[in-house]
Amino acid sequence: MNRLLLVFLAFALSACSANWGWYVVNPQTKAGWTNLTFLLSGLKYTVLLSLTAILISIALGLLVALPGLSTRPWLRRASRIYVELIRAVPILVMILWVYYGLPQLTGLTIGVFWAGVIALALSDSAFEAEIFRAGIQSIARGQYEAAYSVSLNYIDTMRYVILPQAIRRILPALGNQLAYMLKMSSLVSVIGMQELTRKANELVVTEYRPLEIYTVLVLEYLVLILIVSGGVRWLERRMQTDERS
Amino acid sequence: MSEKERTAIIRFRDVSKFYGDFQVLKSVDFEAMSGERIVVCGPSGSGKSTLIRCINGLESYEQGEITVDGQRLGKDAAALRKVRNQVGMVFQQFNLFPHLTVLENLTLGPIRARKMSTGEARDIAMRYLERVRIPEQADKYPRQLSGGQQQRVAIARSLCMEPRIMLFDEPTSALDPEMITEVLDVMVELAGTGMTMIVVTHEMGFARKVADRMVFMDHGEIVETAAPGEFFTAPKSQRCRDFLDKILNH
Ligand SMILES: Nc1ncnc2c1ncn2[C@@H]1O[C@H](COP(=O)(O)OP(=O)(O)OP(=O)(O)O)[C@@H](O)[C@H]1O
Ligand SMILES: [Mg+2]
Repeated sequence: MNRLLLVFLAFALSACSANWGWYVVNPQTKAGWTNLTFLLSGLKYTVLLSLTAILISIALGLLVALPGLSTRPWLRRASRIYVELIRAVPILVMILWVYYGLPQLTGLTIGVFWAGVIALALSDSAFEAEIFRAGIQSIARGQYEAAYSVSLNYIDTMRYVILPQAIRRILPALGNQLAYMLKMSSLVSVIGMQELTRKANELVVTEYRPLEIYTVLVLEYLVLILIVSGGVRWLERRMQTDERS
Repeated sequence: MSEKERTAIIRFRDVSKFYGDFQVLKSVDFEAMSGERIVVCGPSGSGKSTLIRCINGLESYEQGEITVDGQRLGKDAAALRKVRNQVGMVFQQFNLFPHLTVLENLTLGPIRARKMSTGEARDIAMRYLERVRIPEQADKYPRQLSGGQQQRVAIARSLCMEPRIMLFDEPTSALDPEMITEVLDVMVELAGTGMTMIVVTHEMGFARKVADRMVFMDHGEIVETAAPGEFFTAPKSQRCRDFLDKILNH
């Protein structure tokens, strides 16, 4: 399915080659090769930024989800307010606010990379919290009761009984969130992060070939996302066989 | 029996519980002596589960007082922990941890709550798996076992905490008929060890064999409590007679 898609794309692109100036990224010429490696050099940051941000947002999401499931109304309300507030802020605005606003507020200077990580992690944490909430709620009451009746406290119950089961169920959703994060990381280019999109923008300015360069950019994201969704499907299959055995 | 064993290990005094306007427990007074084996029966919805779930604090109550092994069950978290260390519970739906092996199901409580080393916990787990006659299943996952085997694992899991009291909430109701005996056999054996047992069940053969006392509940009240001989031959209340007619005559 994925392979078919790629073949189709390649065919579509080459079919109307008359209008294209592929020389700009032709790996057989020296200049083309330089341009191509320049474009690909952003890959490291896109991946690093997305992975760091998703790990932090998962941890944040869990910290927000747990009070959201508390029996205490004020804890539930605090969690709810966080989620609603964060979800209301556009990601681009969050990036600008963290990069330009937060240093003024705190007196700390934040590098581009960490500003990007913080902004993306904050934005995504609201969604991670909702995923965790649904996952934890899907675990039967009897599991808590059994854990409590062998004297486990709340933290051990969560850590050894509830979360291991909930995380298995939400793994596919977490994977999708990573794919989403990879795409959103392109927005961090606005504050000068040298990731894939920024590299493409810079090359377009010097080469005046936006069509070809942005097409390469599209393909770069496409490949990344396909790898992630392939991974998600592999996980789902593995979990199914786990449950059957 | 010695003086110590004659003291009540569980005591309900005028306990009431509500779900909104609905009263599930109505001024329940109830005592269980150490080593006593009590079978609780009654129609569906009469409050049997609620009653025994109050004993290990899985349910809270609004009025009255419950003490278990000298600890008053209420808001005090430390008291609740002490009680849960002394009270094991077996559920109708087994409630095994599906992501853990049988052995891990058994050792989790001892390791986390009783602070045992893995080795010690393992020894205890194997001892109780032998007690319930399935030591060979130690490394399997719950879903690979039959219902009867799963329920025996659940019993062993509770016993690994070495409790003084065991609660059973309809432990055989979810089982296929041919597996009921293997679970009841384990429970009869346990009764022989002097364990305090409170068992909600409609298995009247089991009740006749092991119960020191029968408790009949209806509409949130303890309507009748009597020794099995008396209970089955000469129930005092009409409600109890009707109930026994229904479950014994089919
Ligand atoms: N969470 C709840 N909210 C409202 N009502 C409840 C709740 N749990 C139980 N009840 C009600 O309380 C009553 C007693 O329930 P309980 O489970 O103790 O009965 P039971 O005697 O164990 O019945 P069964 O034989 O069906 O297990 C029932 O009428 C039930 O509908
Ligand atoms: Mg019940």
